[in-house]
Amino acid sequence: MTNTWQDIKNANVVIVMGGNAAEAHPCGFKWVIEAKIENGAKLVVVDPRFTRTASVADYYAPIRPGTDIAFLSGVIRYLLENDKIQHEYVRSYTNASLIVKDGFGFEDGLFTGYNEETRSYDKTTWDYDIGEDGFARIDDTWQDPRCVINLLKKHVSRYTPEMVSRITGTPQDKFLHVCELIASTSAPDKAMTSLFALGWTQHSVGAQNIRNMAMVQLLLGNIGVAGGGMNALRGHSNIQGLTDVGLLSNQMPGYMNLPSDKETNFDVYMSTRGFKPLRPNQISYYQNTRKLFVSFMKALYGDAATQENNWAFDWLPKLDIPLYDIIKAFEMMNAGQMTGYICQGFNPLQAFPDRGKIRRGLSKLKFLVTMDPLDTETSRFWQDFGPQNPADSAKIQTEVFQLPVTCFAEENGSLVNSARWLQWHWKAAEGPGIARSDIWIMSGIFHRLRELYRKEGGAFPDPLLNVTWKYTDPLSPDPEELAKEMNGRALADLTDATTGAVTTAGTLLDGVAQLRDDGTSAAGCWSFAGCFTEKRNQMARRDATDPREQGIAPNWAWAWPANRRILYNRASADPAGKPWNPAKPIIAWNGTRWAGIDVPDYTPTLDPAKGASPFIMNDEGLGRLFARKLMAEGPFPEHYEPMESPVENVLHPKVKNNPAARVFADDRANFGNPKNFPYVATTYRLTEHFHFWTKHALINAILQPEEFVEVGEVLAKEKGIEQGGWVKVSSKRGEVVCKAYVTKRIKPLMVDGKHTHVIGVPLHWGFTGQARKGYGANTLTPSVGDANTQTPEFKAFLVNIEKTSAPVPA
Amino acid sequence: MSDLQSQDYVRRSASTMTPPKARSYEDQVAKLIDVSRCIGCKACQSACMEWNNLRQEVGHFEGSYQNPNDLSPDVWTLMRFAEYENEHGNLEWLIRKDGCMHCEDPGCLKACPSPGAIVQYANGIVDFISDKCIGCGYCVKGCPFDIPRISKTDHKSYKCTLCSDRVSVGLEPACVKACPTGAIMFGAKSDMKDWAQERIVDLKSRGFENAGLYDPQAVGGTHVMYVLHHADKPSLYSGLPDKPQISPVVEAWKGIIKPLAVAGVVLAALSGFFHWITAGPNEVTEEDEAEGERVLDEAEKTP
Amino acid sequence: MALTRREFIKFTGLGLAASSLGMLGFGESGVAQAAAVRPFKLAHATETRNTCTYCSVACGILIYSMGDRAKNALSNIIHIEGDPDHPVNRGTLCPKGSALLDIVHAPTRLKAPRYRKPGGTEFEEVSWDFALDRIARLMKDDRDKNFIAKNADGTTVNRWISTGMLAASASSSETSFLTWKVMRSLGAVVFDNQARV
Repeated sequence: MTNTWQDIKNANVVIVMGGNAAEAHPCGFKWVIEAKIENGAKLVVVDPRFTRTASVADYYAPIRPGTDIAFLSGVIRYLLENDKIQHEYVRSYTNASLIVKDGFGFEDGLFTGYNEETRSYDKTTWDYDIGEDGFARIDDTWQDPRCVINLLKKHVSRYTPEMVSRITGTPQDKFLHVCELIASTSAPDKAMTSLFALGWTQHSVGAQNIRNMAMVQLLLGNIGVAGGGMNALRGHSNIQGLTDVGLLSNQMPGYMNLPSDKETNFDVYMSTRGFKPLRPNQISYYQNTRKLFVSFMKALYGDAATQENNWAFDWLPKLDIPLYDIIKAFEMMNAGQMTGYICQGFNPLQAFPDRGKIRRGLSKLKFLVTMDPLDTETSRFWQDFGPQNPADSAKIQTEVFQLPVTCFAEENGSLVNSARWLQWHWKAAEGPGIARSDIWIMSGIFHRLRELYRKEGGAFPDPLLNVTWKYTDPLSPDPEELAKEMNGRALADLTDATTGAVTTAGTLLDGVAQLRDDGTSAAGCWSFAGCFTEKRNQMARRDATDPREQGIAPNWAWAWPANRRILYNRASADPAGKPWNPAKPIIAWNGTRWAGIDVPDYTPTLDPAKGASPFIMNDEGLGRLFARKLMAEGPFPEHYEPMESPVENVLHPKVKNNPAARVFADDRANFGNPKNFPYVATTYRLTEHFHFWTKHALINAILQPEEFVEVGEVLAKEKGIEQGGWVKVSSKRGEVVCKAYVTKRIKPLMVDGKHTHVIGVPLHWGFTGQARKGYGANTLTPSVGDANTQTPEFKAFLVNIEKTSAPVPA
Repeated sequence: MSDLQSQDYVRRSASTMTPPKARSYEDQVAKLIDVSRCIGCKACQSACMEWNNLRQEVGHFEGSYQNPNDLSPDVWTLMRFAEYENEHGNLEWLIRKDGCMHCEDPGCLKACPSPGAIVQYANGIVDFISDKCIGCGYCVKGCPFDIPRISKTDHKSYKCTLCSDRVSVGLEPACVKACPTGAIMFGAKSDMKDWAQERIVDLKSRGFENAGLYDPQAVGGTHVMYVLHHADKPSLYSGLPDKPQISPVVEAWKGIIKPLAVAGVVLAALSGFFHWITAGPNEVTEEDEAEGERVLDEAEKTP
Repeated sequence: MALTRREFIKFTGLGLAASSLGMLGFGESGVAQAAAVRPFKLAHATETRNTCTYCSVACGILIYSMGDRAKNALSNIIHIEGDPDHPVNRGTLCPKGSALLDIVHAPTRLKAPRYRKPGGTEFEEVSWDFALDRIARLMKDDRDKNFIAKNADGTTVNRWISTGMLAASASSSETSFLTWKVMRSLGAVVFDNQARV
């Protein structure tokens, strides 16, 4: 989230699209209700189903799963055609005026530079026209046809209301009414907030869905302001933290990337990370990358990381492919290329696409370790549970370790919430039996491995032998020690260049500004610097004071970066530093500095007259309507049909799906066609459950006891399906036998002149826990991901449905 | 286990008691359920089960999000879901938290034959006192909202206590505290009515012309009230009674029959009564009818 | 009052019987009143501040446990409700958060390490030492066999792709940082978390 949960109350329009905030985040959703009651806000919901969020909406529009880009590109067209953009914001704070290189173009569904063989782009032309001064060329008058704004106008011109409706199935009048509501926030003192979640990410075009709305928000001037922003409502309690700390295939803490094979040494690695400003006077924060990187390596390897060995750069693993993500991992497992797999608090058998493939993959492992408080399906994949998990135990040679782990109530530590707050929590009781913490278990494995390498030698043990491990109890490090390690310390006396203040060697850092690139500072996660200072554990702060009750609460816990609550808050004020919305200012220029209720997302004493733009993390300082080379499938979002889709791509029949999506051959062979699987299915969670955990909690099992799918009344009638009756839902990959909920809440959509039916598949069931035994939605889902992130396409695929009889109890 | 001081009772089933005059200054409480803010998340159900240590056995999916599918001795509150297509052809998902309304004039208490099994405190909460409950089920008949449920295992009647244990120490009920969207509010009844009026103004501004407060006067008003977008048609909300009223026979029992009974003393009736408890009410026979007419006639002659 | 004869008759027995009970001495005032309000169950419970383990709203919660943390009392969690001071949830909890007690005490909570042999049909309980020794041995054997120190071009790549890990997105940042250190110092790149699902 760019903003805070409470800040939602400042919105004039709340749009929930690509998510279902009321059901997935009820307590955060209270701030939507607050916006309605206290701020007269309108709630707009765009969703294939009439959800519980829709039940309290002012306006609801249905949409076919997987067509959000067509809808949102239509919105952009509407805003540009009707001149409903915030002109001063767009001109000053976005790259609308920058000029794009000659040679960039888009034709028949493809941007320039496509290579069909590798299914990827040569992105050379996807960039600004750089002048001789090294800066991107600009035309403030927007006369140049190669200005970003003119290219955008041209790109979205195809998304007329008729075309939008033809693709999405959203009736034109409803689409236009949503456009009108959105457009109302182009006034400088009005804001719309976008609340989204996995409804946008879980598509083969997931990242572009989100980009598309971010572009809408930039055009409306809604980024950085109170009640605005792009607010990703994240799932797990610390999914934000795990992403921040870089527990992803290609990541290091603080969003630094692991090197690739091509980055053969530290200098090559740094050569693409200079981030020289692309416009005059810009901050381009990532010019500090060397400081962040060196400080991290010092935290990781201590004295063993030296200038001479390039801070132990070679000890980092280098990647030969962009990602070893989950889909790739199970592809490798199925090909017999993997030996072991450790699942810490993770249940891939239920959570990953195409359960059959997951089960076959796990069966080929030599060993599987699960670390979990609960008896997960994954830890029992080898056991026969009938149709929900058919397994021939004797034939499965995998050794399985099921390790019992303590839960949240039984440990201290911090979690990062959706709004980037690091909040400390305290242990209330011991875990059951001899369950142990993840920290204890990982330390135990680490020590045993290190001892084995010391004794026996083996493959390149240096990183393992040298990684810092200076904890009071090396077998069970204290969470506070780890938090301090992430915060960082001075390794020598550090003198501040402007103030002359000295941070003595060994003390905890106050913030990221103290990091050095000469090895005199260490920080395990630079973006957390300041979370645990010599003053105190800032994450444990509990002062809920909220100036003007504007939803900032600056002294509650601690937010990264630098305790900033609203990202890009410089953009809440006009170029001269005067708030766009005088009723809800965040920061303002007072003549000598930026002051207000939040920590400025900007140099606090930088005079606005100097012309530095608000988006300080970008080289040009501007919000990007044109993404340059950062996306896999194009600098502008384009509508591509889901990998399994009932219709052709009416915009460009030859390029139906995302041309840059990675598809493995066996997965492609497992895609179904609309002849056999004529209905669009979409998976989602229900408010009564959390993934596959709460079926273990009796109360939640009582509240939503049994697997079902949601079917519209029209389709149910066509197929003879009765309310609460049994159905068989099948995809090319598997079938689920469960009950049907026949509902008015899903209506057939008119897509390209044909009725299209949508079937809703809630995901929570499995074969362990308190709820009734079920298959789980991922029995049906396809194994293919977003081209940038490899997030699986759970939200749009094809199925068939038939009435069936109740299964005979075994 | 302690009792509230008896002065805090204003009504007590099957007892002749005069409402206390001391401590008459206690505020009446109320829970306000604003249906227009409710997202049907069932946090109220969950919190109710957790706080009150209730766990019904795991049921089945029965064609609705409504789970469990009805109130029970272990289910004191329940979200009821109704899909409604309005006159403009637009869908509305009307979700209502069902449970005891804590009537100012409680039909259950009036009907209850067991002294002290149902009480009403000065703050308005109507509470069932389990150890005095004889499981006869008259409260079920007496309730205009079909709320109390008799346990098959201990033959006692159960319903929402409005978390009288929490309220008595100055806390709000568990469902109120949990409700993520503030659809359930709790406070002095007068404040709740004022707040409801604000909500109604907002709803009218959003096109719900018939928005209104549900605080039915036929039962003296209730200590659980609803803000409805369609207050003209309460029954749209999974059968919320349009015009709730205590069954006339229960009223009769208070008004006519009780003096008769005190005067008449028919021990034989006791056996009939206990039969009714165990086997449920019989169909009225011809003899009953004749007897009834005789009693009624006599009653009419009584000055 | 609309009272039909039939309704009246149905309830005649009721009235008579109940009044009779009163006459028989069951309900006159002065009889000791037994229990009314249930005793407040948290009066002396220990309160611990924590964060809900489910979604990323990260609601503040109050965990109540039996016992006052005296040496001889083993804390047992008896109730969990919202933290009214928390700026986001302000005391509220959703249906999952309101039922956290049932996940803490789920009958399927694991209590001891278990091991399943190749081809086995059941789990057997094992000691921590057995489990961790064996896991370390299996990891080392695989790493020694499959570790890629240099790629075909001779570049040092130091990666291990034959054993992978999924990290827990409900574990603390401190846990995740330690996990990162352990897995990356082994060279692991088949590494992911719930960010995608």
